[in-house]
Amino acid sequence: MTPPVDLAVVGAGPAGLAAAVRAAGLGLSVALLDAGERPGGQFHRYPAPGLRAARPEALHHGWRHFARRLRQLETGGVTYLPRHHVWTVARGDGCWLLHAVVGPDETPATVRARAVLLATGAYERQLPFPGWTLPGVVGAGGAQAMLKSGLVLPGRRVVVAGSGPLLLAVAASLAAAGARVPAVVEAADYRAYGRSLPAVLRTPAKLAEGARYGGGLLRRSTRLLTRHAVTAAHGTARVEAVTVTRLDDHWRPVPGTGRRVPCDALAVGHGLVPQLDLAVGLGCATRRTADDTHALVVDADQATTVPGIWAAGESCGIGGADLALTEGEIAADAVARTLHDVPADPRRHAALTRRRTRLRAFADAMAAAHRPGPGWADWLDDATEVCRCEEVTAGRVREAVAGYGAHDTRTVKLLTRAGMGWCQGRMCGQAVARLAGGEGAAAVESRPLSCPVPLRPLAQLPPEAEEFRA
Amino acid sequence: MSQTPLGLVRAAPAAPYTFTFDGRILTALPGQTLAAALWAAGIMSWRTTRGGGAPRGVFCGIGVCHDCLATVNGRPNQRACLVAVQPGDVVTVQEGTGHDATR
Ligand SMILES: Cc1cc2nc3c(=O)[nH]c(=O)nc-3n(C[C@H](O)[C@H](O)[C@H](O)COP(=O)(O)OP(=O)(O)OC[C@H]3O[C@@H](n4cnc5c(N)ncnc54)[C@H](O)[C@@H]3O)c2cc1C
Ligand code: FES
Repeated sequence: MTPPVDLAVVGAGPAGLAAAVRAAGLGLSVALLDAGERPGGQFHRYPAPGLRAARPEALHHGWRHFARRLRQLETGGVTYLPRHHVWTVARGDGCWLLHAVVGPDETPATVRARAVLLATGAYERQLPFPGWTLPGVVGAGGAQAMLKSGLVLPGRRVVVAGSGPLLLAVAASLAAAGARVPAVVEAADYRAYGRSLPAVLRTPAKLAEGARYGGGLLRRSTRLLTRHAVTAAHGTARVEAVTVTRLDDHWRPVPGTGRRVPCDALAVGHGLVPQLDLAVGLGCATRRTADDTHALVVDADQATTVPGIWAAGESCGIGGADLALTEGEIAADAVARTLHDVPADPRRHAALTRRRTRLRAFADAMAAAHRPGPGWADWLDDATEVCRCEEVTAGRVREAVAGYGAHDTRTVKLLTRAGMGWCQGRMCGQAVARLAGGEGAAAVESRPLSCPVPLRPLAQLPPEAEEFRA
Repeated sequence: MSQTPLGLVRAAPAAPYTFTFDGRILTALPGQTLAAALWAAGIMSWRTTRGGGAPRGVFCGIGVCHDCLATVNGRPNQRACLVAVQPGDVVTVQEGTGHDATR
């Protein structure tokens, strides 16, 4: 058997890519596993080579740095393993075992490593509303991803709605690519940033980016409506219009304020949720974030609470691509110091740490400003499907709560099947938790397998990983 | 003239391929996912749900929600937002589970 690599990085987004390249530069043997076809993660999605885009940077910030890291990935001694979806990380004999399924045929593969860095990023938070299952209603980040990689738009007239800074970026890209964006509908109030103005001021680049998005949009006659929400989507075969309603401080719709806005697509999302399955499976501790999700607890070196497992990027809390890659570099330095006694360069270390503190403060301020108010559940009628996979309505969840005393997602799930489908509750978890009477965050979901795994690789698992089969 | 995504990034794609979708002949640009090729043809749904028979297409766009399942060359449950179109692919609307016997 070949010896284990020093470091296995899971996820080739900004965090994982920066960490892998940096660690290899410090002399570590590194494997970088990623579920996707191409490196870059959610932020640096770029057109397939066959599309021959001469100017991919038109849809990206920081393209130059990314291009440099891609070159380093090719030349710098990282074993890059695309199309590898890691479904569990297990303890082996003196090393970690990363079990993956590879490609569309789901061929099993295992990577052995002395240390693991989880850089699994995030997915979009969705809050249901009547009509959200209509074709043409797509995730805001999803619309962005489809545009960046496939060079396609969901419609010609696209309303962008939900909450969080990503909405402005998405609206700007859609508009730049030729869509009309009649409105950006933001449930929170940007004035909420006021309380954290110091954090914003220490990060002028971010602020400028925001202003640029806003400015570009205004020129294209987009209305920015804050403290409003899309409370219904209408149509039969696909979305034809949405109802935009004013919200009170608690995100309750204000009666009588609904207006219909015609559109042929809606791009919607309410922030991002850290992707924690592998970490939770390993027993890493989590914390509740300012916008009511859960993120990994890490120390100053980006080490999780499980020795030998580090984490960086949005799995440690949503904070944007710059923070992700800063954390990735800090983690790589720490792993090199731990495994090979590579001393840290004190000036560099101080600069990275300062940068992380500044970006994290900014991210926390934004998270607090965009935290969903408890009143959003008022826009669900009983017929709204909350669980898209198992087609479970809000009415059935409410019945389970009122009639059968279900007060947590797990019990609701057992009674109604909400959260039991293909997506394993990733789309409906927040909504079910809210309807079950919780104020905010769904409990940390424990998903023993990070993706649906065919039975064959499970059956082939070596005995030491038995306990992880679940 | 209005902008297009291809124009924005100055794409000069290699020759398109053809594939069929429920018997219709459609084209895809090399490297596009099935979902992207269908969107480019103005098609937003390619699955009906098991319970209500409701139409579905892309939702999350990144492989998480499984709403975009399609049957490709007879194989059901392929995530259209992840799989790249291959020349000559035969794609059909997936009804229910996509397995006739268990539908
Ligand atoms: C859909 C979407 C669109 C976004 N669009 C933008 C945007 O346009 N602009 C912007 O500023 N920010 C955007 N963001 C936010 C952006 O993703 C982050 O700021 C940044 O990418 C975080 O970097 P990261 O390295 O932490 O994670 P990510 O970039 O999310 O990378 C994580 C990587 O890990 C891989 N992965 C996860 N789990 C596994 C596993 N079990 N096995 C193998 N691989 C795995 C994923 O495939 C992914 O490649 C978007 C987020 C989402 C979810
Ligand atoms: S659109 Fe969600 S998995 Fe394809």
